[in-house]
Parts: sequence; structure tokens; C-alpha cells
Amino acid sequence: MEVCRALEQGDKEEERILSDISSSLKLFERKRSNLIPLLQMIQKRHGYIPPMGMVLLAQHLDLSPSHVYGVATFYNQFRFNPPGKHPIKVCLGTACHVKGGEIILENFERKLGIKAGETTRDREFSLDRVACVGCCALAPVAIVNDKVEGHMTPSKVEGIILSLEIEKEKKKREADKDDTE
Amino acid sequence: MDKNANIVNLIVDGKEIKASEGANLLRVCLDNEIYVPNLCYLKEMEHPPASCRLCFVAIEGYPQPVTSCTEVVREGMVVMTDTPEVRRLQKSAFELLLSVRRISFCKTCIANKRCGLQKIARFLGVKLRVAHLNRIDVDREVDHTHPYLDYDPDKCVLCERCIFVCGNINKTPMLSLAHRGLNTSVTFFESAAILENSCKGCGACVEICPVGALTLKSHNKVTG
Ligand code: SF4
Ligand code: SF4
Ligand code: FES
Ligand code: FES
Repeated sequence: MEVCRALEQGDKEEERILSDISSSLKLFERKRSNLIPLLQMIQKRHGYIPPMGMVLLAQHLDLSPSHVYGVATFYNQFRFNPPGKHPIKVCLGTACHVKGGEIILENFERKLGIKAGETTRDREFSLDRVACVGCCALAPVAIVNDKVEGHMTPSKVEGIILSLEIEKEKKKREADKDDTE
Repeated sequence: MDKNANIVNLIVDGKEIKASEGANLLRVCLDNEIYVPNLCYLKEMEHPPASCRLCFVAIEGYPQPVTSCTEVVREGMVVMTDTPEVRRLQKSAFELLLSVRRISFCKTCIANKRCGLQKIARFLGVKLRVAHLNRIDVDREVDHTHPYLDYDPDKCVLCERCIFVCGNINKTPMLSLAHRGLNTSVTFFESAAILENSCKGCGACVEICPVGALTLKSHNKVTG
């Protein structure tokens, strides 16, 4: 079956997620009005909705996968890529928009080589746009690892990514050292 | 006209018309050779999406013009399709629609000469290149992921006709609208492997598209 074919292509982690989705789907009645609750359930359990998850959902509710995809992409609360180890959220609320939030987002996108809503290949970083996070006085604002970074500038974007990368290197070196000791 | 339905009398642009009670007003106008610009309505639709906002008419007793595809005819209804107010609304709606589209390629578009936009532009006396509105260049790429179809989001007017006809053929439409705001587009959903099993490439959606947004892959191969 086509589902199995796609399963073979996915990695181990995704396989685990999909089988979890399959079994939790069974707890929901097969009716259309369950579409959004089911999407929310998957998002909550796994932090994102894998494409094959939407296919399984579609089969459960007897809808076409594109219908499920269409509904899911309408809402900001759903991600379609696994969250990164360091989630980055750039505020594009009114104040941040006026203060150039788009430019900050663009800088992150260029620096990480991904678009908003995506995750880097190594799953280190994920990038999202959010609406007002409630500290407009600090606009433009980004949230990195749940920490608010105010008065963002392009050079600050560089700095943040660099320090996270250095930290990672350091941890790696320490781990290597531990191994050799 | 439905033989069993009650007949009602209405007046459209001064012309006396008989129609079945409860019939769709836009359809009654079109059936009686009174053209009202429209892009998203199909006569089989029970609940028209009313998304194109072009089919405005003025109805006596209504405070402002309304979309005719969402009205049903009533006895004694008096309708005007050609008031200055109606035309102004239609022109604005049409120009807004054009302002987010890539219009420069009519000559090479497969819909050239049968395109719904060209027809409406001629009717309303509007240029396809709107000079006084800022063009929004969304500039999205053509979606080639489908095994039989290609989709150009910058040509699409989001009328949902393709979704409707596909849903008439299949239990649930293979196409759907995805994303939102300026990024709204028709989606096949990414996985071609899954589609192979569902969409047979019947081409009904291509046929019904009022513009050249959906095309069959074979066509593209022939013309390059
Ligand atoms: S080709 Fe036919 S089945 Fe496929 S999406 Fe278009 S209308 Fe639906
Ligand atoms: S692809 Fe064509 S028929 Fe479908 S929504 Fe776009 S313009 Fe309408
Ligand atoms: S708009 Fe960004 S914090 Fe309020
Ligand atoms: S035909 Fe009535 S809104 Fe499109």
C-alpha cells in the first residue's frame, strides 16, 4: 500500500510517531468534526504534524489528504516540520512589524538557510513567526529558547546563532573529553 | 425552468422575466441573456462560495448591491444589473483580483481567448494591467508535484471551481485550498505517490478553470 511505501522512506523517529498517531486515531470517532481536534492532538503529542500523519488522519475520516492539508495550513498553531532543539520565534506583531521584524526574520532565514515554519536538517534550529508576544517596548523581538531577545538587529542575529553554535561545540568537546578519560 | 416549481415574475433591467420560484438569481439572469460578470459560480452549486465578488446587482428594497449568485428569485423582485454603483463595485473587485496576478503573459497562456478575465475586462472596460493599484508580486513557482497536473498559483483566482467539480466526481475532492491570505493557493498535497492512487487525471478541473491556472501535464510537454 502507498502508506507503507512512504513509511519506508521516513526515518525511525517518524515511524515511531506515525504508529503512535495510528493508535491514537482509533480513540476518535470517524466524523468530520473531529478533524481539528485530531490535528491538535497530533500537534500536542509530537510538536508537529508529519505529512504521513495527515494522510493517516485523512484515511480515518474518509477525507482526501489535500483537504486535511488545506485545513491544517490555514491555522498558525500547526507546524509541519519537527521542532528544532533551539526553537526561534520572530515576532511580527504590529509594533515589531513597524520596527522591522520582517528584516529580522529574513536575517534568521538567510543565516539558517530555512524559511519560517521550517527546521534545519540537523534539527538544531527551527524558525517560526509569531504575533505580539507582549513586550512591544522591546520591539523588534525574537524568542530564542524561550528567552526574550529585545531590540533585535541583524548583528544580534549573527551573535545569537554564533553563541549557540559555540556552546554546541563546547558541549561536544566536553563529551569527547569525558569519553577519553 | 423546473416544470413542477411555482413560477414567479420578476423584472431585470426593465425586462419581464418568468422563473421557477427559488431559482438562483445569477443563473436566471444568465439564462435570459442578461450578462452579469461572474467567475466562481457554477449552476450545479447548492452553496456558491461567492468568492469572486463580481456578480453584484442592485435589488429594489435592498440598502446596497448584493452578489446575485447568493440570491434566489422572488415574486415581484426588481433587479438592476447596470447601476453606476454596481459597476463601481465590480470594477474594484476585478482590479483587486488582477493586482495580485501576473498578467503579462496572455499571449503564451493556454487560456488566451477563452479566459474568464479577458472576457470580464472587455465587458467592464477595464485594462488587464491595472495602473493605479500597486501590484503585489507574490511570485510563486508553478507546482509540478502532481503526476498529471500543473498549477500556477499566480494565475489562480481562487474561485474554487476546480475543487467543486472534483468533489462531484470523487467522494471527496482531491484538490483543496491551502494556506491563507496572499499565500492562499490550491493544493494537491505534496505526495505524488498517494495521488497516483486517487486522482486519475480526468481533467475536469482543468476544463472548468476560468483562467489558465490548472493545466494537464501533457499539454505542457507539447507546447514546452
Ligand atoms: S484531474 Fe479529475 S480527479 Fe484529478 S484533481 Fe482534477 S478533477 Fe479531480
Ligand atoms: S485553479 Fe482555476 S478553477 Fe481552481 S481555484 Fe484557481 S482559478 Fe479557480
Ligand atoms: S508586537 Fe512584537 S512584542 Fe508586541
Ligand atoms: S459569481 Fe457570485 S461572487 Fe463569484
